[in-house]
Amino acid sequence: MENKIKGSEAFWKALIAEGVDTVFGYPGGQIMHVYDSLCSYTDRVRHILVRHEQGAIHAAQGFARVSGRPGVVLVTSGPGATNVVTGLVDAMTDSTPLVVVTGQVPNAALGTDAFQEADVTGMTGPITKWNYQIRRPEDVAWAIARAFYIAGSGRPGPVVLDFTKDAQVGLTDFHYEKCTGIRSYHPDPFPSDKALDEAAALIDASKKPFVVFGQGVTISHAEDRLAEFLRKGDLPSGSTMLGLGALPTDFPNYEGMIGMHGHVAANVKTSECDLLIAIGMRFSDRVTGSVGKYARNAKVIHIDIDKAEIGKIIPVTVGLCGDAGRVLEALTARISPGSHREWLESFVPVREIEKKKVIEPELHPKGKELKMGEVVDAVTAYCGGRAIVVTDVGQNQLMASRYSRLASRRSFISSGGLGTMGFGLPAAIGAAIADPSRPVCLFVGDGGIQMTIQEFGTIMQEHTGVKVILLNNNWLGNVRQWQQLFYDRRYSATRMINPNYEDIAKAYGIKYIRVKDREALPKALETLFSDNGPCLMDVLVEEEANVMPMVPPGSGLDRMMLTENSWYENE
Amino acid sequence: MDNEIRTYTVLIYTENQIGLLSQIANVFTRRSLSIWTLTAGPTAIEGVHTITITSDATRRKIDEAVKQIEKRVDVISATYYVSEEIVYRELALCKVPSPALLESGAIEKLLSDHHARILEMNPEFTVLQKTGTLRETTAFYESVKPFGVLQFVRSGRVAVSRDAEPEIKCCK
Repeated sequence: MENKIKGSEAFWKALIAEGVDTVFGYPGGQIMHVYDSLCSYTDRVRHILVRHEQGAIHAAQGFARVSGRPGVVLVTSGPGATNVVTGLVDAMTDSTPLVVVTGQVPNAALGTDAFQEADVTGMTGPITKWNYQIRRPEDVAWAIARAFYIAGSGRPGPVVLDFTKDAQVGLTDFHYEKCTGIRSYHPDPFPSDKALDEAAALIDASKKPFVVFGQGVTISHAEDRLAEFLRKGDLPSGSTMLGLGALPTDFPNYEGMIGMHGHVAANVKTSECDLLIAIGMRFSDRVTGSVGKYARNAKVIHIDIDKAEIGKIIPVTVGLCGDAGRVLEALTARISPGSHREWLESFVPVREIEKKKVIEPELHPKGKELKMGEVVDAVTAYCGGRAIVVTDVGQNQLMASRYSRLASRRSFISSGGLGTMGFGLPAAIGAAIADPSRPVCLFVGDGGIQMTIQEFGTIMQEHTGVKVILLNNNWLGNVRQWQQLFYDRRYSATRMINPNYEDIAKAYGIKYIRVKDREALPKALETLFSDNGPCLMDVLVEEEANVMPMVPPGSGLDRMMLTENSWYENE
Repeated sequence: MDNEIRTYTVLIYTENQIGLLSQIANVFTRRSLSIWTLTAGPTAIEGVHTITITSDATRRKIDEAVKQIEKRVDVISATYYVSEEIVYRELALCKVPSPALLESGAIEKLLSDHHARILEMNPEFTVLQKTGTLRETTAFYESVKPFGVLQFVRSGRVAVSRDAEPEIKCCK
């Protein structure tokens, strides 16, 4: 009997056995035993007390995306659990490994509408990779081992463990064994030699190949293999928003981002190419534009670890189901060195059009008002590409994805598939905690920051050195842009009356800088990066600015708005 | 072909995990696919359960749904078939008043025409069993209807595939 420990203690021992050193959480009634046991482990586990459970899960997402390890979240039952639901969907869509532990009422109270009881496994089933209710202390170690294995392997995703009070309080023996396999789960598929040969033959035969890569490259640590593949095949490439950071911004023949607000050449050439090689991406509608018009001249090779993604949106010529890194290695060995000079040269005039019509006016504007793009460019240039760029959702995100200069890996963290406003501030906290050696620059709008602004309290308490660059235009800018372009300028519920951010920063003891004009920007950047502490840089940007270029809804990628009145259209 | 709506039978083998059935049902509802019949129960292999679902869908949709089901960690395998690719049965139970049935004198013909069986008979009511396809159990119901049906219930489909391979290899 004396060797037995409480389930709540087994919990911490299991986390430590999984190498966990950071947990984001918020205590409450039905998780108090776990918090009580934490007192014995604070030398090995850092607990970050957030201000709202949504903040905990987004911070864990930022942590996971930067570190490559599952983010761990600890919250109470009922409202604690329901407050992490948005983050679960976000992590599911964006393939982010998380282990989320929710307290739960005692076994006997399950299903009785007890205080702070919610059907957590029921409601999180469709939005998690796996979930499980731990009702006995002897299942704690098994469930945690399985949770970490599932969250981090294959296509990563969030896992929920619903931890009833009986399982926390009850006594158990403790032996920890890592999970190394589950008979019904096959996370590491690999394509056949035949399929790889077919794909290699298509690449060798292609006159106009184009590579589109996504976050799968980063998840698989396949950045070098991607670069080798592109170099050997002499292949031009574009990235999805979540793929950003896998290649340095100045990589040869890398056209930057594809999709709705992607770069013109990358988009147009997707429509022209005769072979599309998609790597670790899932053909989101923000990437494809109108599906019927997408890559309509191309054969398609799709590499993805998730079998269900292959052929889901775009029919494939060859599907290669497997880990991006392993498949790229096998494919690179099979292809012949390529040369596509003429095809690559055809990108240049398209690139020039975008530079002249869109990029130059954004980065070197003639008008007095500050542009969002020039702020992103100045901040990331100041960091020499070393920054981890975190974004919220909206114009701030689109400008950051277009103009960030990225030289290091795992350097672009954004809510892609779900587009969760309020993601940015807590995700930046998690990113900064995961890697304190790199500057973390959050680009956020005046709308999104107020969705999770309470997390300034976490920054204050944990002394997290997040650099918050508030692109403040007093609008819900992206919705306003759509209202301007597609709703006849009827600005319905998008004008924001904002608080005094200086007072807010002051209340939390966070350094504050206001930037009103271009001339003040260089000095402000020096102040922003003068120490390792947190700072809020409130940049008053042009109020009614649009993110261009833009593929309007329903259009193909080769028809892009360059300004409100001018278009790029392929003949 | 891919856009033609047909009745598909989905055969799913799973670990015995609580909550899995609702997650599988959810894959259908999220895609606006209705579940026509559903049968679930343990297989002969300990710990392994089977779920048989029929649904009307296009091949593209059912393929998408089945891939999502197979992706669930605790699902061992999920496969879809058109009816020609499987041997399948449904079970119907029918309760009729015994006097009406006996007075008619038609009971023998009814049983032999439909290959039906009597499960229980007492002075008040008789329970008849009929296995077959949906069409056959419906025809049976039509024949019994004149006697005044007290209760008629029908199970979902159970099916085995028409190939000689073992269905689930990983659990042998």
